Amino acid sequence: MSEPFLIAEGMTGGYGAADILHNCTLKVETGEIAVIVGPNGAGKSTAMKAVFGMLKLREGQVRIGGKDITHLTPQARVAEGMAFVPQTSNVFPTMTVEENLEMGAFLRRDDIRGTMEQVYSLFPILKDKRRQAAGELSGGQRQQVAVGRALMTQPRLLMLDEPTAGVSPIVMDELFDRIIEVARSGISILMVEQNARQALEIADHGYVLVQGANRYTDTGEALLADPEVRRTFLGG
Amino acid sequence: MDLLNAIVALANFVLIPATAYGAQLALGALGVTIIYGILRFSNFAHGDTMAFGTATVILVTWGFQAMGIGLGPLPTALLALPVGIALTSLLVLGTDRAVYRFYRKQKAAPVILVIVSMGVMFIMNGLTRFLIGVDEINFDDGTRFIINARDFKEATGLAEGLALRSTQVITVVTAVLVVAVLFWFLNRTRTGKSMRAFSDNEDLALLSGINPERVVVYAWLIATALATIAGTLYGLDKTFKVFNYFQLLLPIFAAAIVGGLGSPVGAIAGGFLIAFSEVGVTYAWKKVAGYALPEGLEPDGLLQLLSTEYKFAVSFVILIAVLLFKPTGLFKGKSV
Ligand SMILES: Nc1ncnc2c1ncn2[C@@H]1O[C@H](COP(=O)(O)OP(=O)(O)OP(=O)(O)O)[C@@H](O)[C@H]1O
Ligand SMILES: [Mg+2]
Repeated sequence: MSEPFLIAEGMTGGYGAADILHNCTLKVETGEIAVIVGPNGAGKSTAMKAVFGMLKLREGQVRIGGKDITHLTPQARVAEGMAFVPQTSNVFPTMTVEENLEMGAFLRRDDIRGTMEQVYSLFPILKDKRRQAAGELSGGQRQQVAVGRALMTQPRLLMLDEPTAGVSPIVMDELFDRIIEVARSGISILMVEQNARQALEIADHGYVLVQGANRYTDTGEALLADPEVRRTFLGG
Repeated sequence: MDLLNAIVALANFVLIPATAYGAQLALGALGVTIIYGILRFSNFAHGDTMAFGTATVILVTWGFQAMGIGLGPLPTALLALPVGIALTSLLVLGTDRAVYRFYRKQKAAPVILVIVSMGVMFIMNGLTRFLIGVDEINFDDGTRFIINARDFKEATGLAEGLALRSTQVITVVTAVLVVAVLFWFLNRTRTGKSMRAFSDNEDLALLSGINPERVVVYAWLIATALATIAGTLYGLDKTFKVFNYFQLLLPIFAAAIVGGLGSPVGAIAGGFLIAFSEVGVTYAWKKVAGYALPEGLEPDGLLQLLSTEYKFAVSFVILIAVLLFKPTGLFKGKSV
């Protein structure tokens, strides 16, 4: 097989003087789901920001589709087909659902209605609420808006930081199903998840991050089966 | 008791002047609120941007007058407005380039930007005085009245006269047009929406590929246009004097904060609220009460709560009350 779609290799860096990431490596194959798990403060969100260019790396490089993008700004990475849903404040609260989706497609100059319909068919509730301000939605609905906004750029890589944070188990299963659906359409997914067990079940590859470094890397299945991983990170 | 005369007196001394003044404050407050929404600081130089803008409009007006160009019954200043806006935009964008951008790059705290804007305020103030002098200037060359008090009395036979000045009507009509265009821009155009998105969530706007520097330029252009229009309307309605514009800063800030900083609808509501409070509190109600109350109950005093010299105290009191009890303003602005 050719090289993975996303390769973030040997990332080292942090917000200030101290490094948060230590030689961290993440790879995502085309159309697969890669999941990052790990304890709070492990640097999962930081690793996502680093991949998206929101953090200056001291070492390491990021390649997408074979192209080196280590020195591109986040906006330029959007143009390269990357989309990112941050962990917090991931919608425009006073704008309507529809305007949120439009803003996702800000860089596109072609007709976006087709993509918008796709998002609405993926998340039907958003179509009913499209004239409502995103800030007035429930947590689960807001996460759907956030994912929908990211999909509007027609990305080739979708990065999700804890998309199921604060939603009920039923909505979580729903969201995971939708994410699988998105991956089936050929979009690669890199996702951070707190619900490690469920996330690893749908993951092709999993990364266990501890203190900014790779601790375990394997297929989702293998990680779930690994007694060491189960004991330390999945609660038995 | 004479209700008709009471209503006429009320309209003449309170409703009409306060509406015109409210429209001027609303336009000023809109400029402040847009800068706050995008650049996230209270721009103390806004009053002097109004002064500078009006000064350029006056200079261009004189130029047009010298060339014999005019608008007939309308003031020539309306024709000069676009030129004035363009010239003032050059100064404001230049200031952004030379001053504000430096602090933006450093991600300076809002309080630093506020102080920087005070520096800009002093320089702009000096620049305006240097440009046009410190004297009072009357540059309204249009027809003065639409309804004249004497004609009104003769036509209706009422004891009270009603005067409607052209500048008051021009102020309200212009304000309505400007607000309509502004809201259309913010709610319907791609650029306008990107500005709202940036104001809502700056980081997410970046993740969506919105260029922050472009948004900032648009914000300055809109604020400058609003400031120049508001300043010119105020100058036409009263007279132009550099120092008066500095004083307008308080009611304008009060209007923007009362409405909720960052909220355009709030800025408009705040403008009228402040204007009506100010005029209402400083007006001597003796005359209106004399007409409205039954015979024998006419008041002896002036019924004036505050003398007009203290009109700015009204904004101040409202401002403090809002900050104490509802710091985000009436329309859920960003907390200050
Ligand atoms: N903006 C920031 N500036 C400075 N340090 C930060 C910043 N954001 C996070 N950190 C630090 O970086 C470390 C890793 O944080 P990060 O948010 O990446 O963890 P995480 O794995 O995403 O945790 P969680 O599961 O709680 O979301 C923490 O020690 C945190 O204090
Ligand atoms: Mg995190």
